[in-house]
Amino acid sequence: MIKITPYRRHDPNSQPTFLYPAYQATLRRAPRKPLIVLAHTLSEITGPVYGYDDIAETDSDLTRQHAGEPLGERIILMGRVLDDGSRPVPHTLVEIWQANAAGRYCHQTDNHPAPRDPNFTGAGRTLTDASGCYQFVTIKPGAYPWSNHDNAWRPAHIHFSLFGPAFATRLVTQMYFPGDPLFPYDPIFQSIPDEKARQRLISKFDPEVTKPGWALGFRFDIILRGREATPFEE
Amino acid sequence: MDLVPLPSQTVGPFFHLGCTETQSVSRLAGPNARGERVRLTVRVLDGDGCLVNDAMIEIWQANAEGKYHHPDDPQDKAIDPDFRGFGRLATDDKGTCVFETIKPGRVPGNAGGLQAPHLNVSIFGRGILQRLPTRIYFVAEAANSEDPILALVPEERRNTLMAHSDLHHTGHWHFDVHLSGKDETVFFDV
Repeated sequence: MIKITPYRRHDPNSQPTFLYPAYQATLRRAPRKPLIVLAHTLSEITGPVYGYDDIAETDSDLTRQHAGEPLGERIILMGRVLDDGSRPVPHTLVEIWQANAAGRYCHQTDNHPAPRDPNFTGAGRTLTDASGCYQFVTIKPGAYPWSNHDNAWRPAHIHFSLFGPAFATRLVTQMYFPGDPLFPYDPIFQSIPDEKARQRLISKFDPEVTKPGWALGFRFDIILRGREATPFEE
Repeated sequence: MDLVPLPSQTVGPFFHLGCTETQSVSRLAGPNARGERVRLTVRVLDGDGCLVNDAMIEIWQANAEGKYHHPDDPQDKAIDPDFRGFGRLATDDKGTCVFETIKPGRVPGNAGGLQAPHLNVSIFGRGILQRLPTRIYFVAEAANSEDPILALVPEERRNTLMAHSDLHHTGHWHFDVHLSGKDETVFFDV
């Protein structure tokens, strides 16, 4: 018989609810029936080992993907990927995407009338190193309007996607910037019930990451689910 | 536990930029992969029955022998060099995406038995604040009656987890995801 050491369950208050009526798209897209709790099997404690062999150097420097430099405030974004027991998650894929400095995505369906930037695509990927560290160089994205409610604006954010070691550890989230005045008005950010959990999505300005005369530095650590201390065997 | 895992947020409407424009995977099984070929069409509908043209679907599955391509699978079974088991696609304007894969073998459950052939699925999208995990099983598969996960699902909802075969095209399968509404798909808290 196979011994399974399951991943720990989330504290529900630390995660957004599926249905959050202030975020209107949830009304037609959130399940209404309770999810069925599934004890982890081999299917949940394994997961895709994906994209490990085809990452180029410029994939983690979003300011060097075109002939010229993008407009905007250059930033260095650095952090560690750890599990909830503070153990580093090494060699795991981190994918990001974001709007340009004017708040417009390089995407055909983004019709926000802000300038496009021919020198900025806004997509990056990298692997964490042996100690779980990652780094990107990019520009600070702009806030942008959306149609959720009257005068709705998204706080500046960068989307993050991580696989971690298992199907159970998959995480897609958004990283925000400190002191954004739009936080109280943003239903996506506010959909997380616990205030402390919301704060964990806000990166920290870090003078030690900042490079003199070149770029501001921000630190953002990403915590994934870790495993229970002991395996269970039924 | 001394740290708290980060909250999830929606993948938003522009995930294509980072996830599927250059990093999509429609073909899970290479030309020499072992197993019965499956051309799987996944369609996503919202609670009003409207097609969802901006969802992202990810698949994770075992190979034809029921072995995951992963270091934590301890089974003494062979890895298939032409099958990694991961797929990822955005839905199109018909709410649809198509994966080329194989039917997975049976993998062990936790109580000594075997699970029925299944695909592990994550659904992401605008308006979906946390990914929605579900499973795709194959309708009329004898092993379904012994599957420990299907046994957790009320009988009247099990059909929402079944891919149906196309009567006119051998090897073509269809699976509809209903995010909510009367036919709401069973989602799992993994």
